[in-house]
Amino acid sequence: MTQITRDDVLHLAQLSSLQLSEAEIDGLQTDISNILGYVEQLSELDTSSVEPTYQVTGLQNVWRDDKVINYGVNREDLLARAPESADNQVKVPKVL
Amino acid sequence: MTNISEILGQIKSTSARSVVEAAIKSAKEKSAYHALLSLTEERALIRADKVDAGLIGGKLAGVPFVVKDNFLAFGAPTTAASKMLEKFDAPLQATAVEKLEAEGAICIGKANLDAFAHGGSTENSAYGPTKNAVDMERVAGGSSGGSAVVTALDIVPFALGTDTGGSIRQPASFNGVVGVKPTYGTVSRYGVVAMASSTDTIGVLTNNVTDAEMIMDIMSGKDERDMTTLPDFFKPITLAKPNQKIGLIRDFMAEGVDPEVREAINNYVDKLRADGHIVEEVNLPMVKYSLAIYYIIVPAEISSNLARFDGIRYGLRATGIKTLAELYGQTRDQGFVTENKRRIMIGSYVLSSGFFDAYYLQAQKARTLLVNEFNELFESYDALIGPVAPTVAFKLGENTTDPIKMYLNDIMTVPASLVGLPAISVPVGSSKSGMPIGVQLIGPRRSDAGLLALARSMEAN
Repeated sequence: MTQITRDDVLHLAQLSSLQLSEAEIDGLQTDISNILGYVEQLSELDTSSVEPTYQVTGLQNVWRDDKVINYGVNREDLLARAPESADNQVKVPKVL
Repeated sequence: MTNISEILGQIKSTSARSVVEAAIKSAKEKSAYHALLSLTEERALIRADKVDAGLIGGKLAGVPFVVKDNFLAFGAPTTAASKMLEKFDAPLQATAVEKLEAEGAICIGKANLDAFAHGGSTENSAYGPTKNAVDMERVAGGSSGGSAVVTALDIVPFALGTDTGGSIRQPASFNGVVGVKPTYGTVSRYGVVAMASSTDTIGVLTNNVTDAEMIMDIMSGKDERDMTTLPDFFKPITLAKPNQKIGLIRDFMAEGVDPEVREAINNYVDKLRADGHIVEEVNLPMVKYSLAIYYIIVPAEISSNLARFDGIRYGLRATGIKTLAELYGQTRDQGFVTENKRRIMIGSYVLSSGFFDAYYLQAQKARTLLVNEFNELFESYDALIGPVAPTVAFKLGENTTDPIKMYLNDIMTVPASLVGLPAISVPVGSSKSGMPIGVQLIGPRRSDAGLLALARSMEAN
């Protein structure tokens, strides 16, 4: 059974862009170990000649015309929802 | 229980305004259930007045309804029951909401759910759980718990929900209402907060089957804004097909299932037989793996879909941070509940290199085996039946400490989700303690109208 270490939890958190608080790490370590332990039962199945099912629509290649559709939402509407904006742009902290 | 035609009668004899006001008053009086996160009172009354002035018409002119708070809708924030979207005012409305409004329906409020629809009890709501409509010490079920409770309490005749692995059917069963999860692709998901895109569906909760048919008829159909939608195939059927061949899923009736639940299902089987249908026990051996398949595929899709909540363009942004990495990390830590984080991290794990083949790819292959089993059964059977959940509504707090125990409650609802099949939950009785029990009817893809007609024909019994 998969044992997830504390370092694994921190690595998964980093992959997931989550800065976990100390209080949550232990619980998540236990839960994630248990859940992975549960789902591992799928390894019993012989799927060597089985194709995966990624979607169940029965649809293939849904095309549409390459035309502009008015969604009724303008730039001001969207910028108004950004936590910070300036000069018609979304403002973020310095990256470098 | 009120139905839509009665409400339409009331609107005709009084006014849309008085009916909408009564619904809002009822919602306020029943606030202890915590079924609603917000009321859209101002907008609702403006629309009601327009109905009364003859400016808004349609099949549902003036009929109040509620949306689960993961549908973008005007009049109140769309929170998805999370802190991430606590103050998010939708710039547009979901297609499903637009279609109902085009028929004159009036949204009066937004229902509680597990945050981002991750859960089966509404206990994962960042704003506290919804109480069961029959017993306030028990869970409403989930994730569409608020939608089920507002319907069961007769606040509104119908409420919209989403069902990714049972989120309409299980709360419908727990509160004694009808819940419809349609064939994957029946209703546009444009404007609905995405969870797991390969199984997310939009459906409805009502007090009777006829109302569910009416709402599904209005909402279904192709939408250019959701490329997974199917051409409109849903048309209500007047009379159910006689002498159907129906399979009772033996794997859903095993020892671990509450005897009272099994008894209620067996009674329903007797009634189906009395109505001339043939019911035989059938096996779906892959059912025992379906929960494992689900809890790989769905977290994987969740980790992708929830990557968009980054504190940049909308929603919560953590304050007092210095770098972009901190902005992402702290915003997501503060904006998500633990269950969201658990699922995102499981998703990151099963998708990461080195584990992808053993988990994600194996789950998608196992899903094929499940699809094949259902396909084989539908060569001989018109529909399949079984319980919706192994138990009646459990006590608040009973399953919160062990995620797997909570997940096990989904064991009978996830198979239809993984295969994209229509599945409905219909009330069939109650336990000695008075808790509602639902039966689940599952049909082949696009058999939604036939399933509902069958359920309607049985409702009279």
